[in-house]
Amino acid sequence: MASIIEGYLGKRVDGTKSRMPARLDRWQSASGLFLGLFMWGHMLFVSSILISKDFMYTVTKMFEGSFLFAQPHPIIVTLSVTFVFAIFIIHAGLAMRKFPYKWKEYKMLKTHAFALKHEDTNLWMVQAFTGFMMFFIGSVHLYILMSNADKIGPFASSDRVWSDGMWPLYLLLLFAVELHGSIGLYRLCMKWGWCNGTDARAARKRLKKVKWAVTAFFLTLGLLTLAAYVKIGMEHRNDYGQRYHPTAIIAPLHLSAQEVPS
Amino acid sequence: MPDTAQNKGRMLTFEILQYNPSDPQSKPHMVTYHLEETLGMTLFVALNMIREKFEPDLAFDFVCRAGICGSCGMMVNGKPLLACRTLTKDYPDGVIRLMPMPSFKLIKDLSVVTGQWMDGMSKRVESWIHSKEEVDITKLEKRIEPEVADATFELDRCIECGICVSSCATALMRPDFVGAVGLNRIARFDIDPHDERTAEDFYELVGDDSGIFGCMTLLGCEDNCPKNLPLQEKIAYMRRKLANVKDTGGGLEIRVEG
Ligand code: SF4
Ligand code: FES
Repeated sequence: MASIIEGYLGKRVDGTKSRMPARLDRWQSASGLFLGLFMWGHMLFVSSILISKDFMYTVTKMFEGSFLFAQPHPIIVTLSVTFVFAIFIIHAGLAMRKFPYKWKEYKMLKTHAFALKHEDTNLWMVQAFTGFMMFFIGSVHLYILMSNADKIGPFASSDRVWSDGMWPLYLLLLFAVELHGSIGLYRLCMKWGWCNGTDARAARKRLKKVKWAVTAFFLTLGLLTLAAYVKIGMEHRNDYGQRYHPTAIIAPLHLSAQEVPS
Repeated sequence: MPDTAQNKGRMLTFEILQYNPSDPQSKPHMVTYHLEETLGMTLFVALNMIREKFEPDLAFDFVCRAGICGSCGMMVNGKPLLACRTLTKDYPDGVIRLMPMPSFKLIKDLSVVTGQWMDGMSKRVESWIHSKEEVDITKLEKRIEPEVADATFELDRCIECGICVSSCATALMRPDFVGAVGLNRIARFDIDPHDERTAEDFYELVGDDSGIFGCMTLLGCEDNCPKNLPLQEKIAYMRRKLANVKDTGGGLEIRVEG
C-alpha cells in the first residue's frame, strides 16, 4: 500500500524522500565499474593470441574450468557471459536515464557542447554515443558468445571473426568499448571523488593523462589482436570449422592427448 | 594620445544577439559591429562603446565591473564568462560573439535574470542556517575552529553569477536540475557548525534525480566557475554522503476504525 501511495502521490507516507534515486545512482556506478574493469581483463584474455595459439588455447580451457575438472565445461563460459550480459543490461537501463530524450534537450545539448568546446562535456557526448551503439553491437556479441560458448579458441574465434564476417562489428565494438570504458572509469573517479587526494585539481590532471594512456594502450592492443584473428581466420578459411589442436600444453591441463577436444 | 598608426588598435568584430521577448514584433537576430580595440579593453568597455556609438538601447548588465557582483555573465564565443573580467586581447582573431546565458529568463539582448533562478535555488536548498538554538545577538557568537570557518567562507565566495549553470549540459537539458551553485550551497551549510541539519535533512532537499543524483559529472562548473570554487570535490563529497544515507522512513501506519 505504501508503495502505491508513493507511486500516485510522489511522496512516501511519512513524507520522506525515497532512497531509490540514491540506490539507482550507486548501481549505475557499480555496474559501470564492474563492466569497465571486466573489459580490461577481457582484452588481456583475447589478446593472448598475440603470444601464441597455444597460449590462447590454454587460457580458453582455463576459463572452461580446466583447473578444476578433467573435462572442459563450456557451460561455465555460458553462465559467465549470461552474468555479464545481465550487468550490461542493468547498466544500459540505468545509464540511459541520462540521455537527452526529447528533441529540445538534444538540440540544447548539441548546441552547447559544440559551442563550449569543453573536454569533459565532449567526452560525455562520446560516452553517450558509444553507449547507444553498444545497446546493439554489444548485445549481438554477447548473445553469440552465450549461445556458442564452446566455440572459443584460436581457430574457432578466428573463423568467427573472418569467415563468419564478424570483424566489422568487432572493430566498431573495440572503439566503442575502449572509449566508453576508459572515459567512464575516469568519470567515476571524478563523480565519487575516489582519487581526489589532497589536491583534487592536480589529481584530475594526472588521472586524465592516465585515462588517455589507458585508452591508447587498449586500442592498440585491441587492433593488434583483431588483426591477429583476421590473419588466422584468412589462413584457416578453407578449414572453416576445424578446431585447434595444441602443439604444446603451456600449463598443466589435466587433459590427456585423447581428451583434447577437437 | 595622438592617433598614429602605431597606437591604433586592431579592428574587433562583435556579433551580438538582439531580441526583446516582450515585444511581439521582435525576432532574435545577430547584429555585427566593428570597433577599434583599446589598451586593456574588457567586454564591459567594448559594450559601453557599442551602446554609445551604435546601439543606444542595447541591453546588458553590469554593476561592479570587478568580478564581484556576478551580474555580467554572458556567452562569449560559446563559453559563459564574466564580461567585466574578459579582455578582448584574449581573442586573437578579433571576432567575439556574444549571446545571453541560456537557462535564465531573458529580459533583452544580453540581459538575463539570474536572480529569479537563484531565488528558486535558495528556497529549494533552504539556504539559511537551521538551528534550534535561540540566538542572543547581545552575546558573542559561538566560537568555531578557524579551519572550519575558512572552509565555510571558501564556499561562501560564490557570487551567484550563474556561470556554472550555463556551462552545465545537465542544467541546460533539465531545467529543474539544482545546479552546481545549489550543491555547493548544500556543502557550505554541511560544513558550517551553526547549521544543525543532518545528511538526512539534506537528502530531503536534493536526494533525487534533479538534485545530487542528476549530476552527470560533466565538470563544466568546475572548469568555468570564475571564483574557482572546488565544485568537483564538493559535489563528489556530497554525493558520497547522500548516497549512503540510511533508510529509516517510508513505513505505513494503518489506522483501522470501526
Ligand atoms: S559556483 Fe561559481 S560559477 Fe556557480 S554561481 Fe557560484 S561563482 Fe558562479
Ligand atoms: S559586473 Fe560585477 S561581476 Fe562583472
